Amino acid sequence: MYRSHVLVCGGTGCTSSGSQQIINTLEREIKANGLENEVEVVKTGCFGLCALGPIMIVYPEGTFYSMVKEQDIPEIVSEHLLKGRIVSRLVYDETVTDNEIKSLQDTAFYSKQHRVALRNCGVISPENIEEYIGTGGYEALGKVLTEMTPEDVIQTILDSGLRGRGGGGFPTGMKWRLARNIVPDADQKYVCCNADEGDPGAFMDRSVLEGDPHVVLEAMAIAGYAIGASQGYIYVRAEYPIAVKRLEIAINQAREYGMLGKNIFGTGFDFDIGLRLGAGAFVCGEETALMTSIEGNRGEPRPRPPFPAEKGLFGKPTILNNVETYANVPQIILNGAEWFSSMGTAKSKGTKVFALGGKIKNTGLVEVPMGTTLRTVIEEIGGGIPNGKKFKAAQTGGPSGGCIPAEHYDIPIDYDNLIAIGSMMGSGGLIVMDEDNCMVDIAKFFLAFTVDESCGKCTPCRLGTKRLYEMLDKITKGQGTLEDLDKIEELCYYIKANSLCGLGQTAPNPVLSTLRYFRDEYVAHVVDKTCPAGVCKDLLKYNIDPDKCRGCTLCSRKCPAGAITGTVKQPHMIDQNKCLKCGACMEACKFGAISKK
Amino acid sequence: MKTLEELKAIKDKMRDTIALRHEDPNATKVIVAMATCGIASGARGVLNAFAEAVAENGLIGEVTVSQSGCIGLCKYEPVAQVVTPDGNKVTYINLTPQKAKEIVEKHLVGGNIVDEYKL
Repeated sequence: MYRSHVLVCGGTGCTSSGSQQIINTLEREIKANGLENEVEVVKTGCFGLCALGPIMIVYPEGTFYSMVKEQDIPEIVSEHLLKGRIVSRLVYDETVTDNEIKSLQDTAFYSKQHRVALRNCGVISPENIEEYIGTGGYEALGKVLTEMTPEDVIQTILDSGLRGRGGGGFPTGMKWRLARNIVPDADQKYVCCNADEGDPGAFMDRSVLEGDPHVVLEAMAIAGYAIGASQGYIYVRAEYPIAVKRLEIAINQAREYGMLGKNIFGTGFDFDIGLRLGAGAFVCGEETALMTSIEGNRGEPRPRPPFPAEKGLFGKPTILNNVETYANVPQIILNGAEWFSSMGTAKSKGTKVFALGGKIKNTGLVEVPMGTTLRTVIEEIGGGIPNGKKFKAAQTGGPSGGCIPAEHYDIPIDYDNLIAIGSMMGSGGLIVMDEDNCMVDIAKFFLAFTVDESCGKCTPCRLGTKRLYEMLDKITKGQGTLEDLDKIEELCYYIKANSLCGLGQTAPNPVLSTLRYFRDEYVAHVVDKTCPAGVCKDLLKYNIDPDKCRGCTLCSRKCPAGAITGTVKQPHMIDQNKCLKCGACMEACKFGAISKK
Repeated sequence: MKTLEELKAIKDKMRDTIALRHEDPNATKVIVAMATCGIASGARGVLNAFAEAVAENGLIGEVTVSQSGCIGLCKYEPVAQVVTPDGNKVTYINLTPQKAKEIVEKHLVGGNIVDEYKL
């Protein structure tokens, strides 16, 4: 019986800022103070506020300590855990008002969130199946196996309105129904889980796997029962070592407890799950390429139809759902389809997890009901943009998505609204950009990514994205023409229409959406040969204002290229031919005499 | 293989563990003063007795047991306060583990303030 629990985040973010050392020190100090039978240390998954890591919560008080360092631990143990005096200098400042500590649930970051997929993240130990069972885990599987027919399960998922969280937004129940019925006499079917989260800036699936791996296993078993499959595969990227390790532990524990394996709950239903690691190819997040990779072949997509529901893994009927999609399933079974469909908008039900990144104060993970506006997510939950800068755009959907400009700041986020404004939900990466981001440069960045990641099987994607990249590169170097802009658009539509798989079909989206909303920036690069945001180096010019320059010589001493000349106490000059545009002079100048344009 | 009953048994066993991690604004709070004066007069045994008695009576989640620093009543230590959601506060003094158990049973379960231990 422990009177107090100390929860320390063991997600990737906090682990990389040293949470494992904190746990070790914490356990040592607790022992030194003779508290080991009173206080339990629990390593959990992600709490969401990654920007403030390493994070620690002490229950029953619910005290939220942020940016904890190893040397703070003795004080926390002797003051808080032993004497009950909260170490206020380490408490997350949003939870402190008028010298009182308020609940974490009342802070701006958490109060607008609604956690379904993330409900156990940061609450339970992901390496202990009993804690998962303690929160109602595997109850949904028990209910499905003993009280529901496979058809009931599919109908419930269909009625809930759950759509694929990986990006496409295809109704999950419909996918399951197709896989159940399309080949009536299939001897084998498969349930697959797409955990090959590859979008730059997206880490929703990683956090679910790290914080609550059993929910995915349970949901896959439910899906197996619904479609009539006895084998599942999780395809997870090898770059997620913590997630892989916790999945392995979870699968072994689930087998040990009989939640996977033969004759689950004595109902005669068999289901087991294997783990397959991706070797780092982005295209393997595409469903047909993923299955080809599981089969042991080079990860390349193949044309559809036939769709996986008919001919998928090893040529058998297969469903593939994303991690976050699965994370919703047990809750839908337990609470009912109506509960789930009461959240969200007309066509997008439930909640969505977003990974906030870029120019935002609270970098981290949030889960909000569908239909929440971008403004609420960024300004209220995300804490706004740092350094008083102005919001320019948000990038959703990674390399397949687009940029949402300020004019759509108040749009309720759901699948259909985002498509209508030229972006897409994608898996949930949300990268915030301010006035210092150049939109041409952003488009170029994503194109460079797709050029790298194109598998090369089809020409439109292999060559098209490369040519597109070259034209963007030309523009950022100030060598583009207005005809290039038209050519870019034409090529974009060509690539979209002719590529074999989703990677190529969506690769031009970042270009098209920035062209649509920020054409003036492209024109500035092409016609005026300037980069309004001051990012594209070839278009930048550093200048010294002779009226402000005091001739202190600091800049000329800092300049690595020897491009600055001048005598002491006289205004200095920059030789544009020698200038590397590194910005060292501007940083060094104490009089604000150097500007870039 | 586990049966549904066994699953439920594990859930019941874990109930207290999970409930401890939920912040309920409507929970009754037992706050044991744990400054040097309190610890010296045996507050830690009292704290643990409260925590155990709350668990034994199935009150985890409804009642939280936590500590505070010195509340200025050093001569009456160990001291504990029971704060109900309506803001009512009862201060118990000169506590022992045995008295703590009694307070949980009579006050927190039964709803009757234990006058003889009150300040």
